[in-house]
Amino acid sequence: MHNPQLNSHGELTHLLSTEGLPQAILTQILDTAESFMEVSSREVKKVPLLRGKSVFNLFFENSTRTRTTFEIAAKRLSADVINLDINKSSASKGETLLDTIDNLCAMDANLFVVRHASSGAPYLIAEHLQRIGRGDIHVVNAGDGRHAHPTQGLLDMYTIRHYKKDFTQLRVAIVGDILHSRVARSDIHALTTLGVPEVRAIGPETLLPKHLDKLGVHVFHDMAAGLKDVDVVIMLRLQNERMNGALLPSAGEYFRHYGLTPQMLALAKPDAIVMHPGPMNRGVEIHSAVADGPQAVILSQVTFGIAVRMAVMSIVAGN
Amino acid sequence: MSLTDSLPDAEAQCRQLAELIRPKLAKNPALVGIYSGGAWVAERLRCLLGLSEDIGLIDVSFYRDDFAEKGLHPQCKPTLIPFDVEGRHIILVDDVLYTGRTTRAAINELFDYGRPAAIELAVLADRGERELPVAPSYEAWTLQLDAGQRLALDRNDHGQLAWRLENA
Repeated sequence: MHNPQLNSHGELTHLLSTEGLPQAILTQILDTAESFMEVSSREVKKVPLLRGKSVFNLFFENSTRTRTTFEIAAKRLSADVINLDINKSSASKGETLLDTIDNLCAMDANLFVVRHASSGAPYLIAEHLQRIGRGDIHVVNAGDGRHAHPTQGLLDMYTIRHYKKDFTQLRVAIVGDILHSRVARSDIHALTTLGVPEVRAIGPETLLPKHLDKLGVHVFHDMAAGLKDVDVVIMLRLQNERMNGALLPSAGEYFRHYGLTPQMLALAKPDAIVMHPGPMNRGVEIHSAVADGPQAVILSQVTFGIAVRMAVMSIVAGN
Repeated sequence: MSLTDSLPDAEAQCRQLAELIRPKLAKNPALVGIYSGGAWVAERLRCLLGLSEDIGLIDVSFYRDDFAEKGLHPQCKPTLIPFDVEGRHIILVDDVLYTGRTTRAAINELFDYGRPAAIELAVLADRGERELPVAPSYEAWTLQLDAGQRLALDRNDHGQLAWRLENA
């Protein structure tokens, strides 16, 4: 099957999803990120890899953290970074997505980092670039709709490998609104490819997609049962708009059943780590004592995220 | 093929290189090996010279000048400089000196850690054909090879270093 992320040599040329990526490429990204971690600890936090290249951050949907970490990553690779907050510009004047892309190509872009509310938008851009003969421009998906957030998935894998070393002995639980979560989807595909034997999904029936078992995921509606003896807990953000809809009775009710409290966390292995893609809703999906506790690695995830994004951008730009 | 049989003993060359460097010990030099062969040689030199300080290790993947053609090396390793580069006398160590491009990249990388007092270059073998104005400060072996030939340093399971000559 044709994978639009890979070139004819099977090398990564766009990063659109963790789905369908071979284990060797995931491992290459994580290994390369390890080398970039060292760069961020230097006096001069820069390497000349993308010198003279232009990275366009195209955020059709708001995100301060993801955009900032992509910007820092590109700058540490010596690229020129242009941030386009498209909510406020062309799109609101009626320009189509592909017209925007054509204009940026005319400005000699080398790499697009794309965040879009519609699933598949980065694919559309990658295919369009191929069609107009600009296969030399690379696309990195920074989150598309409910579909994928591959750099978050990869930084989660980096975090797990950093603390747990080996994927093949782990029990990993993902807790919360998996139905609407592109992070969960990217995590599940990456965890499975990297050989994690047991991936669990914990949440109310209304927030879990129907076919999780087909992805090899074990489904739990009871938080206590799902957390038993896990090595890694990945909490998901409960988006405000879900709390008031028909899917959930209330935030307080949700916290009582699916909030990660110290008592709940005690059911996991004693050395279990707690992850969260941020931003956190304290008192909704996670208790402050856990978020600030010794098992939380949430801020490390942010630091690792810069190195992982440096790795992804330098690998695709070189292929 | 008997090419390997006629190659000199890399371990003896390490000892020779160490003796060339020994007069410089007064400068309190720090050794930095370039992955992977140079790192092995640097570690050997550290023992032979009786230096207590850990060696530095450099992977020049992020500083190479052929990124645009070849992309990122798939197996890059973290650079590790366990001492302050600022004001230090540094001896960069590589197994084979050829075009000089790796040396250029390593010097650039070192300067991102600070301003060394001096950088010298120690190589086990110099095969000539330079493409940049780079010259070794210490070398154990000078040889000429055809462009299609590749001289590589191997390390066996017992940690012994040995040369291997490949014909492309």
